[in-house]
Amino acid sequence: MATLVQAVRLALHYGETHLGVTDIFGEDVGPPLGGVFTATQGLKTAWNTPLDERGIVGTAMGIAYAGGRPVCEIQFCDYGFNTIDLLKVAGNQKWAGAGHFDMPIVLMTPSGSGIRGSLYHSHSFESLASRLAGWKIVMPSNARDAYGLMLSAIVDPNPVMVLLPKALLRVRGEQLIPGEPPDIDQLKQMIDAPLGDRSRWQPRWPAVEEYFVPIGEAALAQEGTSATVVSYGRTLSLCVQAANQLGEEHGLSFDVLDLRSIFPYDWKAISRSVTKTGRVLIVNEDTEVTNFGEHLLRRVIDEHFYDLLVRPRVLLGKHIPGIGLNQIYEQNSVPQLPQIKAAMEAVATEAA
Amino acid sequence: MHGHRSANRTATPSARAGLGNSEGFLPADRCLAIHRLMVRSRVMEERMIKMSKSGEGYFWIGGPGEEAFNIPLGLQIKKGEGPDYDFLHLHYRNSATLVAMGLPVLDCIRQMAMTRTDPFSMGRNFPSHFARKDWNLLPVSSVIEVQFVMAPGTALMQKRHGGDGITIVVGGDAGTAEGDFASCMIWSTRPGRELPVLIIVMNNGWGISTSHASQHAVAAVTDRGKPFGIPGEVVDGNDPVASWFAIEKAMRHCRTERAPYMLEARVSRLFGHSSSSGAPRSSDPDCLPDFESKLLDAGIIDQHEIARIQQDAKDEVDAAVEQAASEPKPKPEDVERFIYAPSPVDKVYPGDYTGPP
Repeated sequence: MATLVQAVRLALHYGETHLGVTDIFGEDVGPPLGGVFTATQGLKTAWNTPLDERGIVGTAMGIAYAGGRPVCEIQFCDYGFNTIDLLKVAGNQKWAGAGHFDMPIVLMTPSGSGIRGSLYHSHSFESLASRLAGWKIVMPSNARDAYGLMLSAIVDPNPVMVLLPKALLRVRGEQLIPGEPPDIDQLKQMIDAPLGDRSRWQPRWPAVEEYFVPIGEAALAQEGTSATVVSYGRTLSLCVQAANQLGEEHGLSFDVLDLRSIFPYDWKAISRSVTKTGRVLIVNEDTEVTNFGEHLLRRVIDEHFYDLLVRPRVLLGKHIPGIGLNQIYEQNSVPQLPQIKAAMEAVATEAA
Repeated sequence: MHGHRSANRTATPSARAGLGNSEGFLPADRCLAIHRLMVRSRVMEERMIKMSKSGEGYFWIGGPGEEAFNIPLGLQIKKGEGPDYDFLHLHYRNSATLVAMGLPVLDCIRQMAMTRTDPFSMGRNFPSHFARKDWNLLPVSSVIEVQFVMAPGTALMQKRHGGDGITIVVGGDAGTAEGDFASCMIWSTRPGRELPVLIIVMNNGWGISTSHASQHAVAAVTDRGKPFGIPGEVVDGNDPVASWFAIEKAMRHCRTERAPYMLEARVSRLFGHSSSSGAPRSSDPDCLPDFESKLLDAGIIDQHEIARIQQDAKDEVDAAVEQAASEPKPKPEDVERFIYAPSPVDKVYPGDYTGPP
């Protein structure tokens, strides 16, 4: 089973060989490194850029204007804050230009905590990104979804941001990507660049196949009746773990929705589950003030107030300037398994 | 009122040869075409300023005073769609360039009047914020200098594609303080990966109220290209003949060398930054009467013809204003139109945006 980052690489390979991707670029994206997380090793259209995030986003826009299909990378989303106005421009080109200009760019960037990344390798980006009208924002939590969402991002003719959960990049998937060799060692030998001299190395790509995860479609990671949990990215897998433990320990069961798309989000799936359970917890690790999860909470209250059995709630990252390096900081800044489990138990068991 | 020094001069056939400088010679027909476009563009801008004051429009920004450069630029652009043709990353003072390319005056007036028929933005954007796909004219942004980081992208595709299409990026002198200006130079000069970008800096000496001299220590903006090996020239942007040949030379370099070139045009800002400063007429040199004097001196035109051209332009612009006033305004339901292109993989928005999911 491929890791999430291998899945991204396989998707980009499929994109440049079958879906018309012309350029995959960013800082350290091309050879010899192939990305600081190895997401772009061995890709034929990958190239290195100057260390200039504004140049990366602007060049992607220019390539798209001239008929190319670019996938650009911001090495860490933490480095992307100086591109905000360009992201706004990319999102408004179609609208500002009376519909005449499409902006088919993909921007991928690792997001969130979990790699002991300190202040500038731990940021979350999705709440901010959700405010960029004209964009679509996706965030996979497993390898196969990463593959399918990346293919969708590539074929969608609008700007799509693929947020990659840093903490899960090296986690192996539980489901095979169509065409992926089932033996992980075999896959590794085929597509992972060797350490040391890579000048003569060539990948041997497996014949991966077309597989789209639709944008705007959530996945039900677990099905249950005690409460609804809405999450994505790093915290999604923790919600699933917590649900398993609460099932064994207390006989509780949860609808755990993996949103997968931040925008457009799958409101129908959320609405259906909340109607069923009457209890909802929204979990993510972005900072809690003006958090995207708060928008979901507002809609739940607006449209399901009389369906709710207990107060709806969120579990979010603290509103602090950064995440400190000592793990005491990180563990007490963003939701961890114990807090998630406690919040899930509380929402599921509070007297109605 | 123009050509006051030579009120009684008339053109004689023997003098209709043209105007030249050390770089070359522009035949009379070309000079007359440039002049007529300068007048049309100027009259249009002056009428738009009136619209901003009369309530026919809200806000005006544009490029009166830059016509002597912008018309020769527009006439030499390789106009069309796709990488075989020039890509245009312009700013909001380029109306004359587009008039020279054949843009109907009516289209500019429509945007000024915020009509639904405004072909650039459907009444959404400020005047002179053009967008026209069949001319590779990318949406103009109010945010200065962002076009300088997009230019390397179109130029990269053009270099890869082959042919002689180039990318033309235009901004003001004040905007060169943004890092995006440096980005453009860096991305256009990567060793072995040079890009055909014509960088044009329209130096009017001002950024709203901030003088160039108070912020920039370099003598010429083109000096900043030298460490990157970008050849350049400072040209008198009030002189259409000098501008013509400087642009011709710059374009030839980019088209054949497939590498960048920088042109700095020293120009006047005749009506201030925008209507926000009241658009008062400044006492800067005015390229239009200056050019008319030269044409009169050379016997290429006479006062009667100048008056006729001005009247034609006024009639054309008046008719455009009347036409635009009769055209439909945007509707409330237009607010959400053209946010998304149709997508085969989007479950929520397979077509355009339709409100929250």
